[in-house]
Amino acid sequence: MADPFLSIQHVRKSFGATTVVEDFNLDVEPGEFVSFLGPSGCGKTTVLRMVAGFEEPSAGKIVVGGKDITRLKPNQRNVGMVFQAYALFPNLTVAQNIGFGLKVAGMAKAAIDSRVAEMLDIIKLPQMADRYPYQLSGGQQQRIALARAIAPKPKLLLLDEPLSALDAKVRVSLREEIRSIQKKLGITTIFVTHDQEEALSISDRIAVMYGGKAEQVGTPFEIYNRPATKFVANFVGTLNVLEGKVTDAASGKVQVNAQEVSLKGKLNGSKSGDTLSLALRPEAISLGRQPGHDTSLSGEIAEVHFLGSVIRVRVGIGGNTVSLDTFNNSATPPPVVGEKADISFSSGDMLVLH
Amino acid sequence: MKSGRFWAWVVFILGAGYFFIPLIATVEFSMRMRRGAYSFDAYQIVLGDPRFQATFMYSVIAAIFTIILGVLIVVPAAYWIRLRLPQLRPIVEFITLLPLVIPAIVIVFGYIRMYGSSSPLPFLASDPGTNALLVIGYATLALPYMYRAVDTGLRTIDVRTLTEAAQILGAGWGTIISRVILPNVLIAVLSGAFLTFAIVIGEFTMASLLNRPAFGPYLQNIGANRAYEPAALAIIAFAITWGCMSLIQILSRFAPKSANRPN
Repeated sequence: MADPFLSIQHVRKSFGATTVVEDFNLDVEPGEFVSFLGPSGCGKTTVLRMVAGFEEPSAGKIVVGGKDITRLKPNQRNVGMVFQAYALFPNLTVAQNIGFGLKVAGMAKAAIDSRVAEMLDIIKLPQMADRYPYQLSGGQQQRIALARAIAPKPKLLLLDEPLSALDAKVRVSLREEIRSIQKKLGITTIFVTHDQEEALSISDRIAVMYGGKAEQVGTPFEIYNRPATKFVANFVGTLNVLEGKVTDAASGKVQVNAQEVSLKGKLNGSKSGDTLSLALRPEAISLGRQPGHDTSLSGEIAEVHFLGSVIRVRVGIGGNTVSLDTFNNSATPPPVVGEKADISFSSGDMLVLH
Repeated sequence: MKSGRFWAWVVFILGAGYFFIPLIATVEFSMRMRRGAYSFDAYQIVLGDPRFQATFMYSVIAAIFTIILGVLIVVPAAYWIRLRLPQLRPIVEFITLLPLVIPAIVIVFGYIRMYGSSSPLPFLASDPGTNALLVIGYATLALPYMYRAVDTGLRTIDVRTLTEAAQILGAGWGTIISRVILPNVLIAVLSGAFLTFAIVIGEFTMASLLNRPAFGPYLQNIGANRAYEPAALAIIAFAITWGCMSLIQILSRFAPKSANRPN
């Protein structure tokens, strides 16, 4: 396997007695788009700022293109960055903002003008060159900030929650635009976000962070379908968690509210009598026994919410409550609260949370 | 509602009267030099006086150097405190307020003791040295105004993010301060510069005790010995101040536009 383009090795960051990033490791391939996903305070922005050079790691090293950049100043790293608050220079026009890095690098005026025009074409704002930032909408400002970041052809692009200050509609269109520009230019990119939908929709891989550590690194498919920890399972998507008691660890048998469930494979590290947390995505569960589903549980309808095309049902199974969605069918009335109901699912969709 | 408006006008007229009546009286008095007729004789005498021209030019030059020195000290200091040392702000604010509570005469006596011809830094041993010391003293006197003006300007921009955005684009500290920070606080710097100018033009104590040919001591000298000329000088000084304010308004139109000041 080729050497990674960006390698973050055993990085730790402490502010006084508080450790905000602990033994963080990540290798990023050239041209890859990796998202750091996690709640506020999980350390994702701190890792990004260490890659940018705004924070110095307390331990560990950061390597880009085979070169150790851990102690380099931000202006020596050739890294582009887009900030949450746009950070366009208010005193400069759009063209001057985009050309700032090029001018600092000592590029000739004609070359700067040509590169700025190219960037404005890429972000589809060629008519905005002479405007000032205050004359632009938030979405336009962030596109200019993106153009400014990539104009000097950085080795690495860092995006620090670039969409969180924008309204929902602009957010969706801009994230697709960012991804398309990133693919077109083939630039290795780190994207920080706390929005799981954003991370799932545009990333090659996601590092889910919690408490200063990477809980799991994987493709969006892996992160969603095979969460490695309870935190990842809970943080990414909606999840039903059921408490079960191990009855036979070797054959993967678990009891949920006195009903037996057979899991795929044996339960390593568990013994009979242990309590386990079992997770099921709502879309893996059907109301009633369905063909193809090898496991079922009986319970009672606890809540029914009619949402038009979808009916959201919550089924109580002992002390557990399972949420699932069914499509509205005009020929079948929705279930009634209090009536007995079975739910079914494939045992392979049930995850054991650690 | 109508009653509120009436009292607002009363307060306005009283305020305007308090401000304009002495001014009008001074103008009127300054024009009565020629017996039985209004004239600009006092102004002609003052403006034609070579000492007026020399002292005024001296103070203008001193003000320019004071502004340059103030900007060079205050802008990087206020910027750095906002960026890296916010915990020092209360201490620095206290220090910048000291010139308001320590009389200029105390400062200047301190200078005379510290920088006399026998000291390791003998500023007072030569005219250029004394001029430099006067400018340093003026910069100290203007510090509360310059610091507050610049700090207020810095408060209107996101100093940290703009600095980081410039840094990541390859800019060093010189470029960041000159191309990003200073243009965005230019109006605030101009306000500080105007206040500095006003302080320096009328300052008497330091210039007098350091024996410098400044405008302040000249004003005092004329005021003590003449009748109509001091009134003419007061009006001229007033006109200069208003001229400065107008100049700042004009300059601010050419200042870089910012999101905080769209017009």
